[in-house]
Amino acid sequence: MKKLLSPAGIAASLGLALLLALALAGPALWGEAATQRAVADRWAPAGSEFHFGTDDLGRDIFARVMAATRLSLLLTLGATAIGVGGGVLVGLTAVVLPRYPRRFLVWIMDMLLAFPWLLLVLFFTVIWGATATGAMLAIGLSGIPNLTRLVYNLAASVSEQDYVRAARVAGAGPVRVLFRHILPNIANPLLVQASASASVTLLAFAGLSFLGLGVQAPEYDWGRLINEGVAHLYTNPMAAIGPGIVIVFAGLVFTLVAEALTDRPGQGLRGVAAAARAAVLPGAAPLPARGAGAGGPGDGADPGGPGDRGPALAEVADLRVAFPDGAGGLVERVRGVSLAVRPGEVVGIVGESGSGKSLTAMALAGLLEAPAVVSARVRRFDDIDLDAPLTRALSKRLGTELGFVFQDPLTSLNPALTIGRQLTEVSRTHLGMSRSRARDRAVAGLEAVGIPEPRRRLGDYPHQFSGGMRQRAMIGMALTGHPRLIIADEPTTALDVTVQKQVLAVLRRAQRSTDAAIVLISHDIALVSGFCDRVVVMKDGEVVEDLDAQHIREQARHPYTRGLIACLPDMRSDRTRPLPVVEDGVPAADPLPGGEPRRPAPGVPTADAGTRSGGSAL
Amino acid sequence: MAALEIENLGIRYGTRSVVAGVSLAVAPGTTVGLVGESGSGKSSIANAAVGLAPVASGDIRVGGASTVGRRAAARAARRRVQLIFQDPFSALDPRMPVGESVAEGTLATGRRWGREERRRRVRELLEQVHVDPDRAGALPGAFSGGQRQRITIARALAGEPEVLIADEVTSALDVSVQSTVLNLLRELQRTLGLSILFISHNLAVVRYISDEIYVMRGGGIVESGPTEALLDAPADPYTAELLGAVPVLGERMTFEEAATP
Repeated sequence: MKKLLSPAGIAASLGLALLLALALAGPALWGEAATQRAVADRWAPAGSEFHFGTDDLGRDIFARVMAATRLSLLLTLGATAIGVGGGVLVGLTAVVLPRYPRRFLVWIMDMLLAFPWLLLVLFFTVIWGATATGAMLAIGLSGIPNLTRLVYNLAASVSEQDYVRAARVAGAGPVRVLFRHILPNIANPLLVQASASASVTLLAFAGLSFLGLGVQAPEYDWGRLINEGVAHLYTNPMAAIGPGIVIVFAGLVFTLVAEALTDRPGQGLRGVAAAARAAVLPGAAPLPARGAGAGGPGDGADPGGPGDRGPALAEVADLRVAFPDGAGGLVERVRGVSLAVRPGEVVGIVGESGSGKSLTAMALAGLLEAPAVVSARVRRFDDIDLDAPLTRALSKRLGTELGFVFQDPLTSLNPALTIGRQLTEVSRTHLGMSRSRARDRAVAGLEAVGIPEPRRRLGDYPHQFSGGMRQRAMIGMALTGHPRLIIADEPTTALDVTVQKQVLAVLRRAQRSTDAAIVLISHDIALVSGFCDRVVVMKDGEVVEDLDAQHIREQARHPYTRGLIACLPDMRSDRTRPLPVVEDGVPAADPLPGGEPRRPAPGVPTADAGTRSGGSAL
Repeated sequence: MAALEIENLGIRYGTRSVVAGVSLAVAPGTTVGLVGESGSGKSSIANAAVGLAPVASGDIRVGGASTVGRRAAARAARRRVQLIFQDPFSALDPRMPVGESVAEGTLATGRRWGREERRRRVRELLEQVHVDPDRAGALPGAFSGGQRQRITIARALAGEPEVLIADEVTSALDVSVQSTVLNLLRELQRTLGLSILFISHNLAVVRYISDEIYVMRGGGIVESGPTEALLDAPADPYTAELLGAVPVLGERMTFEEAATP
C-alpha cells in the first residue's frame, strides 16, 4: 500500500482513473457529437466551440478522440493480455520441460525474437486482413517471443535459488514449485514489464492505424484520428496533435503504473527523487565543522588507543559516515570513530556485519563517494588532507602511496583486461613509466607475491588465475606503487584456510620488505589477532576497544569483545558444553533502528556494496 | 546399521569427475564432520544424498535403503535425508511467509496433513528452533540472518528426517550468531536423536560439533577418525597443513612453511 502513496503511485492512480472514466463514459457522453455530421462546419479550426476543430464531415474531433478512448484502450489491453498470457504460458512451460524439448522451445522463441515485430504484424495482417481484431491479434502474438524470453529468464534464475532446491528436496513437484515459488517471485517484474509493454502496444496501434493497417472506417481509434488529421496539418494542426496528446498521456499513465509497481527503490523516479534530496541535504545537515578546535592535522587529536607513539601516517578523528535512508533522512553508519595508523604498523579492525569497519577503512583511504556523507575533525594521510579537494599531484601521490586490497579479487579485477595491463596501470598513469619499465615492475610485483612464471602470466586474464592467485596479484598490484599504507578489506574471506595463510604470508613479507603500514579488516578476531600488532574492535559504527593483539585474551574488558572471543569455537573449545552466546541486545544480528534487516534483499545496494563498487574504480 | 552410509560414491558433472571413491558412514545419533576446502567435493556429496546431484557410481543408503535412482523406494529414502543450506538469505522464498516455508517441509513426510494439524506442527517446530511461532505469518525479510537459518532448520525438521545434512550452515553468519546455531544443532540432535553430517571448511567449528571427522581433498577422502584422535595426531600431511593454517586467538601467525606457495 505504501507504493500507492509514492508520487508515481498517486499520479498513476489518478491517470488510470481518468482513462477508465473516459473509456466507460466516453461513447455515451461524446458518441453522438462524434458521429454527427454537419457539413456546414467542416474543417473548422480549433476553437472554443470545437476544441480540436472538425473533420471533413464536420464531426467534432475532440468528441471523436474522447469517444475513441474505449476502443483504443480495449485493443491495447487485449494485445497486451495476449502477449503477456502467451509469454507466461510458453516461458513457464519451457522452465518445467526436460532439457532437450526446453532447448528446442527456447530456440524457436529466440528465432522469432530476431524478427522485427512490424514484419510479424504485416505477416499476420496478410493472413487476417486489415481489421481491428486482426491488428490486436497480430500485435499481441508478435509480443509473445519477447515476453517468453523475459519470463523464461526470470523463472530460470528463480528456479536455481536455494529455496526452490529446498522445496524439491522436501518433495515438492514441478507444478507446486511453479505456482508457490516461481510465479510469486517473478510476478512483480512481470507486471512492470506488462505495463511498460502496454504503452508500447498503444503506440504500435496508433502506428498501425496511421498506416491504415489497423482500425478501418467507420470505426476509429486514436491512431486513425491522427491519420485523418495529418492531412490538414497546415490548416488545423490540432486535428492531428489532439489525438497525439491523448496517446502520449495514456502512454505516460502506463509507464507511471510500471514505475509505481517497481518495488526497487533507486531504480525509478523515487530513486531519482531520493538522490536529489540527498544531494541537497549534506550542506544543510548539521555536521560538526571540520578542523574546528584542532590546530592542525594530527595535533590536538588523540586518536591513538594504547601506546600512542610517534606521529601517525594516516588518521581520522571523530569520523562520521552517513547514508541517505531513502526517505529524505540520513542513517549514520560510522559514529565518531578515531583511528591512527603509524608508519609500519599493522592494525586490525574487527567487527561483525554492519559494524562500520569497511566504511572506516574506505574513509581512511579517501575512497568514499556520494551518496556517502563523510565528516571528520581530522582525516588525513601523511600530510594530505583528505577532506579538502585533491590536486592532481596529491591524488597521484595517494594513488601510489596507498594500496587497497578488496575482498573479492574477481570483482575488483577487470575481467576484460589482462593481469599485466591492470598491474602496469598505476606505474604508467601515476608514475609516468614507460611500458617496458612498468612491465618489469609488474613482474617484480608478481614475483614478490610468489606467482611462478610472472612474465608469462602477465598475459593471462583474471579468470585464468585461482582465487588465491588473484588475491596475491591484487597485493602485487598494491605493491607496484611502493605503498606506505596497505588497506586490506577482508582480503581472505573468500579463500580457504591454507590459501588464506599463503596470502597473509605474502602480505606480511610485503610489509617487512617495504615497511608499509597495514590495516587489515576482518570479521575473524582470531585471524586479526594472529596477524596484527593492534586490534580495534568495532560495533554499530563505534570503536568498542583498542587492544594489543598478543594479549587480547587477557586485555579484553568490554563485554562485547569478551563475548566475541568466548563464542568463537577454536581448537581448544570444550566440546562437551554449549558455546557461550553473546547476550541479546549486544549481538550485531539485531535489526537496525527503523526495523530494517541488517542485510537487505539481493539487488538492493547496501552502504557497503555501494562504496565498494565506488572504490574499486580507483 | 549406519543411519547414513555412503559407499564408493562417484559424482560426475558431464565428463568432469568431482567426487570419486568416497565412502563414509554416520552412526545413528552421532555427528560426522566433513571438512575440506572449496572444490573438494563436500557439497556435491550433500547434494547427491538428497537427489540434487547425479550419482555416477556407488551407493548412498539411509537406514539401509538406497537413495539412488528414480524408483519410488529410492525417492522415499531420499526424503528421509534433509538438507540445510549455506545461505539463509537465499534459502527462504522472499515472498512466502516463513510458516508456509516450514509447512512445505512436511511434504517430505509423505503423509497427508490436515490444515489445523499442520499449523500446530509449524508452531511446534518454530518453538523448537527458538523462533516466536506468532511470527509464522511474517516474510523472511523481517528476520535476521541467524533467525532465518533457524527457520531453515525448522523446515528441514518438518520432514521428520533421520539424517540431517548441514552444508556450511554457519559460513554466512556472524560469529555471535554462529554459536547460537551450533548450540541449536547440538540440542536438536540430543532431543530428537538425529544423525548429522556436518559439512564445513572451518576446522574449529567441525571439531566442536563432530564425533568423527572425515577430511576431503580433490574429490576424495584423505583421512578419517574420531575427532580428538584425528586432530591430535593427524597422519596425513594435508590434515596437518589444515590444522596449521587455522588462526588461533592471540597467537602470532608464523609463515615459515607456508611462505612458499
